[in-house]
Amino acid sequence: MPDRPGGTLYRGREGMWSWVAQRVTGVLIFFFLLVHVLDTAVINVSPEAYNAIIGTYRHWIMGLGEAGLVAAVVIHAFNGVRLILVDFWAKGAKYQRVMLYIALALFVVVMAGFLPRHLMNTFGGH
Amino acid sequence: MSAVDNPRAPYVRQKTTRSNYELYGWVFMRASGAVLLVLIFGHLFINLMTGEGVHSIDFAFVAGKWATPFWKVWDLLMLWLAMIHGTNGLRTIINDYASKDRTRLVLKGLLYLAFTVVVVLGTLVIFTFDPCPAGAAADLLPSFCPAP
Repeated sequence: MPDRPGGTLYRGREGMWSWVAQRVTGVLIFFFLLVHVLDTAVINVSPEAYNAIIGTYRHWIMGLGEAGLVAAVVIHAFNGVRLILVDFWAKGAKYQRVMLYIALALFVVVMAGFLPRHLMNTFGGH
Repeated sequence: MSAVDNPRAPYVRQKTTRSNYELYGWVFMRASGAVLLVLIFGHLFINLMTGEGVHSIDFAFVAGKWATPFWKVWDLLMLWLAMIHGTNGLRTIINDYASKDRTRLVLKGLLYLAFTVVVVLGTLVIFTFDPCPAGAAADLLPSFCPAP
């Protein structure tokens, strides 16, 4: 039993913060997706126009933005798998907290594989 | 009718939901999310982790990918699923935080407009893409284009 009433608000802790993070990363990814389809559409204008637009992604500022975008996608994806398990696996709700820490650990592993290579591509003397 | 309902009136079940729309939306978020994990991780790996990563991406790179139906289907599926998944997510967020009817209507109107424009434009681009446009500099084109 909780040692004090939880009130009528959401109970906080891992469950609430992963829910907040899922919304924030989802909105970020959605707005990037709108921009990304528009910049890709320039490919039907001319090769020169597309290369000029996509070339801006090679700038180091965009490189850091891409790192943040990939981080948002990866944590949204892994927490999304956790959500699916919470909803469809009989023991999902019981293990929701430990599954969040597993998702975060997988996130760290994937980013540790992604970031060095991506940052070398971004900053590596082109 | 008096101001207060008759307390002795027998219970009448109210049919409040007209459809299972929200149920299907909930199922779709989970099903499309699982597929999108594969599609987007694959997309990010091929475009950012192979070759020189983001420095490899140019017209010829995309033309090379879209020369095969595999990547056209991949990108088309990714576009549609991601846009429906994202639009439904934003719809949920707007419904949660925009309490005024008018604000909700305007925001969702803008959302559905953006959805339509982006999905139609993206789909047209994939289907009408020409890897060897006439008059373009040959060194910008993929190697399989015939010499001008």
